[in-house]
Amino acid sequence: MRFAVVQFPGSNCDQDCVHALRVLGQEPRIVWHQETTIHPDEGVILPGGFSYGDYLRCGAIARFSPIMQAVKAAAERGQVVVGICNGFQILCEAGLLPGALTRNEGLHFRCETSYLRVENPASRFTSHYITGQTLRIPIAHGEGCYRAESAVLQALEANQQILFRYCDAEGRVTREANPNGSSLNIAGIRNLRGNVLGMMPHPERCCEAEMGGTDGRGILLGAAGVGRPI
Amino acid sequence: MRSLGGYLKAIVTVTLKPSILDPQGEAVLHAIQGMGGKEVKSVRIGKHIELEIQGGDEKTLKKKLEQISGELLSNPVMENFHLDLRAGG
Repeated sequence: MRFAVVQFPGSNCDQDCVHALRVLGQEPRIVWHQETTIHPDEGVILPGGFSYGDYLRCGAIARFSPIMQAVKAAAERGQVVVGICNGFQILCEAGLLPGALTRNEGLHFRCETSYLRVENPASRFTSHYITGQTLRIPIAHGEGCYRAESAVLQALEANQQILFRYCDAEGRVTREANPNGSSLNIAGIRNLRGNVLGMMPHPERCCEAEMGGTDGRGILLGAAGVGRPI
Repeated sequence: MRSLGGYLKAIVTVTLKPSILDPQGEAVLHAIQGMGGKEVKSVRIGKHIELEIQGGDEKTLKKKLEQISGELLSNPVMENFHLDLRAGG
């Protein structure tokens, strides 16, 4: 499966995603925000950055771009859609994932390595991992505090849609390990159908040992449907 | 349907829902208390958006503005909005 990496004005992780996918043996297609086509055999990556300058709210304007109408249609057809950081914000604004991402509780822009606990390996995005595995994946965001109504949070838990939670180096999900105040330490969720992933941490930034780690590889490979482990 | 001649102004005020933490408001509250404003107990920060409008009939215009306010200018997951339509000038 080939990935289309969407480029909005203000995206700044699009080339990182392209690079990481190439490292993993994929050859993605860059898609400009004014294009209107996602092919039926493609997955989609909405990369990080500051689409449309984060004006109004993060992801609010990107939602109405021409390409997002095609991305929505692709998601509805069951194609894989991955939103990373700003991409996660766009997916929530577009209604492809529930909830919203608000200003970090501590107000600071957090740019650091975060630890994530894998909560549910029974998804295509986490199939390379085991439950409770701790991943080291960088974050870089100012508005990553996940919020949703309590009924929505309960449904996310009940349906095992929470794939990653912020934790400490030992895998403990604690308040101290939560970099942005997200409800339930949520770092990444999937939709009910299981084809749409949104996460604030950047797996594309840790796909090579020389970049500081390879823990992100499994997420992108899993999204691509490649090399499920034994 | 009544036609609205001339310019109108729509003032859309977007506020965070009470259940949503407003860290920016809290930081400003601390600054206010730091400058002696001990009477101030809470600060919530929102957005004030002005739209200039010409043409359209009142009923469809209001409906359209509700849609714009609810779908683009605010996010119903975390925000409320108040729409105020008045004569421009």
